[in-house]
Amino acid sequence: MSTLTTTAPPPVGPGKPRAPLRPARILLHVFLAGTSLAWLAPLLWAAFAALRPYAETSDKGYVSWPDTLNFDNFKNAFTQSDMLHYFGNTLIIAVPAVLITLLLSSMVAFYVARFDFRLNIALLLVFTAGNLLPQQVIITPLYRLYLLIDLPGITMSGKLYDSALGLVLIHVAFQSGFCAFVLSNYMRMLPHELTEAALVDGASVWRMYWQIVLPLCKPAMAALGTLLSIWIYNDFFWAIVLISTGENMPITSALNNLSGQYFTDPNLVAAGALLTAIPTLIVYFVLQRQFVSGLTLGANKG
Amino acid sequence: MSSETPTKTPEAAAVPPSGPAPVKKVPRGHKRLLTRRDRITLGFMAGVPTVLHVALVWVTALASIALAFTSWDGIGFDSIKWVGLDNFQQLFTDNPQFWPALQHNVIWFVVLICIPTPFGLFLAVQLDKNIRFSRVYQTAFFLPVVVSLAVTGFVWQLVYNPDTGLINSLIGANKPGHYIDWIGDPHLNLWAVLIAASWRHTGYMMILYLAGLKGVDPSLREASSLDGANEWQTFKNVIFPTLRPTNTVVLVVTIIEALRAFDLVFVFNKGAQGTELLSILITNNIIGESSRIGYGSAIAVVLLVISLVVIIPYLIATFRKERSA
Repeated sequence: MSTLTTTAPPPVGPGKPRAPLRPARILLHVFLAGTSLAWLAPLLWAAFAALRPYAETSDKGYVSWPDTLNFDNFKNAFTQSDMLHYFGNTLIIAVPAVLITLLLSSMVAFYVARFDFRLNIALLLVFTAGNLLPQQVIITPLYRLYLLIDLPGITMSGKLYDSALGLVLIHVAFQSGFCAFVLSNYMRMLPHELTEAALVDGASVWRMYWQIVLPLCKPAMAALGTLLSIWIYNDFFWAIVLISTGENMPITSALNNLSGQYFTDPNLVAAGALLTAIPTLIVYFVLQRQFVSGLTLGANKG
Repeated sequence: MSSETPTKTPEAAAVPPSGPAPVKKVPRGHKRLLTRRDRITLGFMAGVPTVLHVALVWVTALASIALAFTSWDGIGFDSIKWVGLDNFQQLFTDNPQFWPALQHNVIWFVVLICIPTPFGLFLAVQLDKNIRFSRVYQTAFFLPVVVSLAVTGFVWQLVYNPDTGLINSLIGANKPGHYIDWIGDPHLNLWAVLIAASWRHTGYMMILYLAGLKGVDPSLREASSLDGANEWQTFKNVIFPTLRPTNTVVLVVTIIEALRAFDLVFVFNKGAQGTELLSILITNNIIGESSRIGYGSAIAVVLLVISLVVIIPYLIATFRKERSA
């Protein structure tokens, strides 16, 4: 199970001595620095445009020396389009979705890794395969199903369609496939004596899960939590199809509306796009280690 | 699967475990140790997530298959009519968008596997060389993976915009009459979107390969350099063959990404002329004006079948290995 040993991002080994700077090495640095800069160019270009007033760029052209650089476009995008509200919408979708996904998938993983012997492979196959399907395969019936389910008083729309609850449910259902797979591998590596001793001592199954197994899974849970936060925050497709009221949209699909509304001012749209990207960038920079290890969990299999 | 004795649930206790015969027999006492309450708890722990996942993912997938053989306007269940293979026949013969969409999905895969994937591998090999600033370079290449595909779409629109975009401004094609319309021109737009997709895919592949390279035994490298192999020979004959598991994952991830491709195109031009994709055709059937449910489902079935051709062998291989591990 090499998957779970890859928890650190591929760093520079501290033990290995660094080779002296040979010409080949310098050439490599020039290449990597140049390519890195080219890689960041689209984002830097967006930032450059966003920092300039539209009047100036339309007058002088976009590739020109800036007279004024300020945060007005960011301020305007933030206030005029009520972005705080849409960030809030994302928050009420993403936070429950991440937590419930982790809870439910760890429960299935616990069951599969520690108990039933006959069904576990089949169950795990169902979850894992479900997560690999393209979302569009299931969207037509799902959309109809969401329109059919009446939830008067529980959601704003009175239906599962066009509600934060609906998005939370589909995120949980879809993402729990991947998480159950990764967590069950992780739990299987924990020594069996741990739970067996607890069982003999008369601990309940729930206690075994909650107080013994779950605390030991913290590293995997942290990695998956980071990954899920970014994936669910970045979701565009479910939000586009399953939310119809602009007011209820999470930030990514709201940005789509914003850009339609302000298409005549690309600088403002650039500011809006960058503002939308900021939370994921913060999560990435703070939790880089967890994010990268999450991505490679389960990737060394097969 | 672990060959250690698993704790078993009551219903499985009577059946001898499959796979390699366990050395230690399952103590029958475990059955008695699980109280009635424990069994109910376990039932809920496995049951709730399974019901949610199966209901929303697998039942809807099966419903897609069933609806593909019907005609339905979505208003009331009475209007569902069985039409047999009509939807598929129409799709394959009458729909001018279907074959281009399928072709674009294939092109999407071929481009991703031929350009950003080897480039990501190349970057990973370079960054694995224990060089200075490795983390800075990694972050630069990796940033596009963190940013949402929808945001990526908006950022690249700023690059491609005919009169205000970076490219046209640099090459002087931003004067009226000399526009190069990267997103509007049906001969260019697919390639324009694919550059943005490749921009992101490179970083993703780089990180997968970096993880794979970390697992390569350093003594292999040493032995190879002692034998006098140069860098390329070492990579070709020693490193690359050991990356086989990573290559499998990369292949599967890339195929699935190509089948799922949606956000970028939707943001660019909603899959109009030149950028049609299967995912876009399905979505347009739902959020467009015309709601042809059976027809949309038929496209979904095509997508499902292609996906399963990839998913099933992959899962069989993965789980077989796990069982023997």
